[in-house]
Amino acid sequence: MDLEFISEHFPRLLKATKLTIELTLLSLFFGVFVGVFFAILRTSKIKILFFISYYYSYIFRGTPLLVQIFIIYFGLGQVEWIRESFLWIFLKEPYSCAILAFTLNTGAYSSEIFRSAFETINKGVVEAAESLGLNKINTFFKIKLPIAIRQSLPAYGNEMILMLKGTSLASTVTLLDLTGVAKHIISTTFRPVEVFIVAGSIYLLMTFIIHNVIKFLEKKYGYQ
Amino acid sequence: MGLLAYGDTGWGDELFFATLMTIAVAAAAIFIGFFLAAIFASFKLSKNKILNLIGSFYTTVFRGVPELLVIYLFFFGGSGAIMYVAKIFGYDGYIEINAFLTGAFSIGIISGAYSTEVFRGAVQSINKGQFEASEVLGFKKKIYYYKVIIPQMLRLALPNISNVWQITLKDTSLISVTGLVEIMRMSYIAAGSTRDPLFFYSFAAVLYLFLTFLSMKLFNKLEQHYSKGY
Repeated sequence: MDLEFISEHFPRLLKATKLTIELTLLSLFFGVFVGVFFAILRTSKIKILFFISYYYSYIFRGTPLLVQIFIIYFGLGQVEWIRESFLWIFLKEPYSCAILAFTLNTGAYSSEIFRSAFETINKGVVEAAESLGLNKINTFFKIKLPIAIRQSLPAYGNEMILMLKGTSLASTVTLLDLTGVAKHIISTTFRPVEVFIVAGSIYLLMTFIIHNVIKFLEKKYGYQ
Repeated sequence: MGLLAYGDTGWGDELFFATLMTIAVAAAAIFIGFFLAAIFASFKLSKNKILNLIGSFYTTVFRGVPELLVIYLFFFGGSGAIMYVAKIFGYDGYIEINAFLTGAFSIGIISGAYSTEVFRGAVQSINKGQFEASEVLGFKKKIYYYKVIIPQMLRLALPNISNVWQITLKDTSLISVTGLVEIMRMSYIAAGSTRDPLFFYSFAAVLYLFLTFLSMKLFNKLEQHYSKGY
């Protein structure tokens, strides 16, 4: 272990961590909405809505994230009407392409988590809400959603960690996130072990934080 | 569809062999993973605190660090490490490890971390009475593990092994960064030379979907087969 080498490159890695955190938080933020939206579609009685949601989650969970990023970043630029539309402002940038891919990916996984959370809600609770005269919207936001959020916390915590690790793929579309910078340092200095230890520790620290935040939330909002 | 022709005019045969490569790497990786998991799960289950710590260290690190970073470690560090060992034995030349081995080992080590947790959980969920009964019957530890515990454990672990397999299969796409020609790498090459990335990456997605679909069917069959008596 060469401490001098580490202290020389540590600031760069730390700076890149900012992008990793940014990508993770933004994707998770948008992903929650996508996830809840498709989870609701999944419970719909209209067949087409059900199938849209079903195949969305099937396709995004059945293919590697790398393929998804490549289709969005390299593939969509090939379609003429996309290049001519306002979407091109976003889709020509690797940053927004990465976020779009991550959002759709985490959305698919979270839609499954939220769906199973909605399904485990006791029917009696919903019936009670109805008999108290709450309308559908209120029942959803005041009764179903809080219960579902509580139910899905442990699984969603895992998904957050998976997404954190997933953002490393941003480095394949030229973004310099933590993994991207780590790779750059490794390939210029040929010191893979030291760089791995430093970058790995930063990732582990972030995983540790997410793990504990979820644990705290579970304790706070769990059934006792 | 001409792009997918089998032979010299299209990419059909190349993609077919690339798919076989993906399956081969994934299979090699999951077996390396099982091997590691057997060791580290027994560490985690042992009463020895140091072994526990080693086991936890392994699963925490390789489940908490991005796969891509692990692959870079082995890709850039692998031949260096082997040359270092070779130097001790008096060999001074350059040794390059083949991309298949690098890929299978890096994905295998990650897959092993997941399998460790699966095996550990499965052993722990076996009824305590089974262990006690085996001891009362006077079986040696080695024998009752092989004859009583492991067969039951495998059945209990099957649904989760199926998950680990799916993760491993998808993780192999990341090996493309090392130049191993599997589905992703082949699509990259094809996309580059035909300027049709949308088609080839979408086709890669279809291939992966096909593989995950097929393995799901297979695992369902296996699960049905092994839960006959229950």
